[in-house]
Amino acid sequence: MSLTNLEELTAIALFGIGFTLLLLDRNLIKKILGFSMTDSGIYLFLAARGYVAGRTAPIVTEGVQAVEAYVNPIPAGLVLTGIVVSVASTAVMLALTFRLYRSYHTLNLDEITNLAGKEAD
Amino acid sequence: MPLWQSIPLASILLPLAGAALASVLPARAARRWTVLLLCLVTGGSCLLLVRTLPGSTAFNYPMGHFGAPWGNELRAGPLEAMMALLFSGISLLSLLGGMRRLQEDITSHRQSAFCAILLLMQAALMAQVYTNDLFTVYVFVEIMTIAGCALIASRSTRGRGLASAARYMVMNLIASALLLLGIILTYDLTGHLLMEPVQKAILPLQQSGAYALPLTAVIALPVLALAIKAALFPFHTWVPDAYASATPTGAAMLSGVVCKGYLVVLLKVIFRVITPAVVLDAGISDVLFCFGAAGMVMGSVHALRQTEVKRMIAWSSVAQIGYIFLGLGLHTEAGAAAALLHLMGHAAAKSLLFLSVDPLMAASGRQGRLEGLRGAGLRAPVAGAAFTLGALSLVGIPFLPGFVSKVSLARAALAYGGLHTWGALAVLALSTLLNVLYMLRTVLLIWSPGGSPRDPAVPSPGPLCHLSLGLLSAACLGLGCLAGPVLEAIRAGLAVFGIPL
Repeated sequence: MSLTNLEELTAIALFGIGFTLLLLDRNLIKKILGFSMTDSGIYLFLAARGYVAGRTAPIVTEGVQAVEAYVNPIPAGLVLTGIVVSVASTAVMLALTFRLYRSYHTLNLDEITNLAGKEAD
Repeated sequence: MPLWQSIPLASILLPLAGAALASVLPARAARRWTVLLLCLVTGGSCLLLVRTLPGSTAFNYPMGHFGAPWGNELRAGPLEAMMALLFSGISLLSLLGGMRRLQEDITSHRQSAFCAILLLMQAALMAQVYTNDLFTVYVFVEIMTIAGCALIASRSTRGRGLASAARYMVMNLIASALLLLGIILTYDLTGHLLMEPVQKAILPLQQSGAYALPLTAVIALPVLALAIKAALFPFHTWVPDAYASATPTGAAMLSGVVCKGYLVVLLKVIFRVITPAVVLDAGISDVLFCFGAAGMVMGSVHALRQTEVKRMIAWSSVAQIGYIFLGLGLHTEAGAAAALLHLMGHAAAKSLLFLSVDPLMAASGRQGRLEGLRGAGLRAPVAGAAFTLGALSLVGIPFLPGFVSKVSLARAALAYGGLHTWGALAVLALSTLLNVLYMLRTVLLIWSPGGSPRDPAVPSPGPLCHLSLGLLSAACLGLGCLAGPVLEAIRAGLAVFGIPL
């Protein structure tokens, strides 16, 4: 028996590792890494589901062939859009982390919350 | 297609393009430009409501040249128009009411960026209200999340505000990942992203019992993600610090419209995508009901224990979001209508509270502590009156929206029967009692004589702030006195919103 859904399995593993990091680790940089991995997992899953072996992207160069020659381009488009969204979220989160680290010299979110709570607002 | 049907598209594109322009304008021009655009969107939403309400008609607006089920679509009806009017109106009044504080809180070279963020927020809200496409929902939910982070962090360079912005982002990134996964699984399972085709594909799947596990995930993931984003108890940990440290405009918008935007998306997911019958079958309503009830009690208990007035109002938001989820969790038409009425009343009353508490604090030497506000109403009477009105509405005094929505919630719970009735009535009574304790305590405090005399160096809040407080109070009174017709309109809107309950 040979595995035909290696991509999906990899995607699930990536999602699992990333989501655990995002949820449980207190280090902000690791959380951001986890978020990137989580989203990569989802995009890999979508890209794998959207590809049919033997077909090509619907870019017509030598006249229109039968419908069976092409894959649906929407999943690839969604992946590209999604990557842009993730990059933006990651950038905002990195900027916040940068500023917090400069103020508190730690990346641990619990410690930051404690230190910030002691300050007068 | 008549021209007025393009209002939804215009209310998304105008703020989106306007945000780009606002970011390069000088501060003063950017502020005026933002006010102008928000006025335009509010006016457009008004017009749309006038057009759709009488016959309670809804229409689909295809984007580009691909019709359903392939292309992207907007959909608008009476309920969408009402929500758009509420959101754009509250955003406009929040900006006007907090304008003076905005200029003190944020350095002038960053004000243009702040205005751009407000416009992006507006575009995202309108897109969430009108879109009929799941992936568009995801993209604009993310835009709103990032804009919300900017609203929280705009004033603080360190301290609790910034730390709460980080916690807000972490919570929202978790929810984003779940939402995206839910949408991708839906797409994988049904082959559609437009809401109506997805719904048509999900019903036979559920009836045949095929793909039971993925289908449960598809139902649970977006609901959970949106509940996290709307700060339902126990996902509210960032709320008190964030609302308390944001500039008044930011706090009013975060509590008044941002959480509500996610709730509108949740309504769409329940009514238009998953369909109420499948939601009931999966037991999601009961989960929402329980968490809503827990939030109502815990939010009020924490609000009672606060010594800082802004944090008290923020905790009260946690409780009020609980009311809305309780109404949705009843899973009846009356419950959903009551929840929507509560959503509208709370949006008006809570932004009124956040905008009026700032002049009160300014007149008391910038004290955040409750005790420091003694006599603040006598020193800033307009703000004091507005605060009193908002507080009374949250408590549930007749002729104010909080009263009508609580009564409607209780009626919906009574009609439901069984354990739900007793549970809902008990938490309603308990939460209202706690509301009375902490809100009336504050109202009595700001009107009791004593405290420090007014510092003549503190400027008055200005005519813009008074105008905004007056309009928001009028909106509260209007919602309360005309609650019958508003409820009727909500029901008419719900009937054409998706699959009715």
